[in-house]
Amino acid sequence: MNAILASERVASEHEALITLRRERINATLRYAVLFTVGLVMLYPLVWLVGASFKSNTEIFTEMGFWPSQFDFSAYVKGWKTSTEYTFATYFLNSFLIIIPRIIVTVISCVLVAYAFARFEFWGKKILFSIMVGTMMLPLIILRLPQYLMFKEFGWLDSYLPLIVPSAFATDTFFVFMLVQFLRGIPRDMEEAAQIDGCNALQLLWHIIVPLLKPAIISVVVFQFIWTMNDFMGPLIYLSTVEKYPVSLALKMSIGATEEVQWASVIAISVVALLPSVAVFFMAQRHFIEGAASSGIKG
Amino acid sequence: MYENKRLGLLFVLPFLLGVLGFKLFPFVMSFALSFTQYDIINPPVAIGLENYNELFNKDPLFRKSLGVTLLFVLFSVPLRVGFALFIAHVLNFKLRGINFFRSAFYLPSILGGSIAVAVLWRFIFSQNGLVNIVLIKLGMDPISWLADEHFALWTIVLLFTWQFGSAMVIFLAALQNVPQSLYEAAEIDGASKWQQFWRITVPLITPVIFFNLIMQTVHGFQEFNGPYAITEGGPLHSTYLLSLYIYDQTFKYFNLGYGAALSWVMFALVATLSGLSFWSSRYWVFYSGEKEPQR
Repeated sequence: MNAILASERVASEHEALITLRRERINATLRYAVLFTVGLVMLYPLVWLVGASFKSNTEIFTEMGFWPSQFDFSAYVKGWKTSTEYTFATYFLNSFLIIIPRIIVTVISCVLVAYAFARFEFWGKKILFSIMVGTMMLPLIILRLPQYLMFKEFGWLDSYLPLIVPSAFATDTFFVFMLVQFLRGIPRDMEEAAQIDGCNALQLLWHIIVPLLKPAIISVVVFQFIWTMNDFMGPLIYLSTVEKYPVSLALKMSIGATEEVQWASVIAISVVALLPSVAVFFMAQRHFIEGAASSGIKG
Repeated sequence: MYENKRLGLLFVLPFLLGVLGFKLFPFVMSFALSFTQYDIINPPVAIGLENYNELFNKDPLFRKSLGVTLLFVLFSVPLRVGFALFIAHVLNFKLRGINFFRSAFYLPSILGGSIAVAVLWRFIFSQNGLVNIVLIKLGMDPISWLADEHFALWTIVLLFTWQFGSAMVIFLAALQNVPQSLYEAAEIDGASKWQQFWRITVPLITPVIFFNLIMQTVHGFQEFNGPYAITEGGPLHSTYLLSLYIYDQTFKYFNLGYGAALSWVMFALVATLSGLSFWSSRYWVFYSGEKEPQR
């Protein structure tokens, strides 16, 4: 009797050992995959930063990212540009587009998401389907008519075409994300506040907005980075170099001459990526979760 | 209060105006313009189906561009989605540093659309760039990635695949919702990891696979910054995606009617593909709560 029990115990211990070993191998394998993929993916970015300090000849011969000598002249030269403006102008322009756009996006999208998630109104279902449908619409179809409209309004060569549509919650991805988020929040607090005599706007401001904060941060971060990256919009609407944002100015610096001044172009590319990277790392926790939840249909 | 229909309508009003003014009206207008000849200076002239006739029967560049676009979408979308699922699956494990890896893999997907990354790409694939330096160190011959029509498109496909992070985090969230008990039960029944992945994981996340495939296909058709800034459509139009052709016709040559017709062909393509996926989804997408697949 005892012998059987003992042998069973040995057997189960043996099994546990095998499972443990298998889990270790499993974990090691996973780490190996993650490290390899991560290295291949991020090395170009790391190398870009290193290359921005290298001399022009070293860039094209060394695969290591550490420069043999730190050389800041590429930054100085790139910043000055070959135009009459420096990148200070172009960065300022980018922010002149980004900041108002973020503000109007957040206000309009929160309002609309609030309506969709909480209120009953005529045509809600159809309108919601239209919203999801426009997320699948290739925007390039709309570019030409929008251009003609803004031409009629006399808005060409200004930032208005890049900002005003966002004030009407046309960035439907954000509305969708906020609606998904709001649907997951129970209504208890709102009901309590309602009994205390809050009206809809007070409710929105005092209850909904604080609860929505993580989702709103996602909206801000995404809109910041996407507007920073946006190239086609400014390309179509802006014609004066003085008004160019960073993306257009950067393209200009590689398109202007056949012989690209790689060292300075690379240095400026690094600078151009910095704001987005900074915003990303500041808010990554919140907004990766927000981005993930947008894919789950509620 | 939430039953107050007027209040709800009031809050949704910005969107209603926005979608009518900035989406639906341009959408219809672009359709109307596709039947005209319009150079922005003179008023549009109705020419019936002439634009469509021209592009389907007399425009070899359109055919080239269409072929390049389909090739691009056919490879880059499955690669991006497949890679996203693979990495999400590897990440979906109690690993130390999972948040670090998640951020690291996500980063390219938000920077990837920028011109700065296009510069980086152009640079690492240039004749003396990083990729060729590595090839030479490995004892291979360097390749003219961006100057050879057989390779240029693949650098753009690679750039698109590189940005798999946004699809990955969506997959990861879905994977974390798959009940652990199912795997434990399968383990007891002796199912291998491979079987578990195909028989449990994949069926349970089909809605998310479906969502990612559709969204990424729409993104794929719209890819513009990469080919515009890296190869400018060349060499020999081998990276001349439809989006570039539409842009050129519309805003460079000011053939607005023709550009509109081109963009409607793209829309028809995207709509057909989405329609097909929705139709096929009845057979392979299972939503939780259903006892068995719909027939």
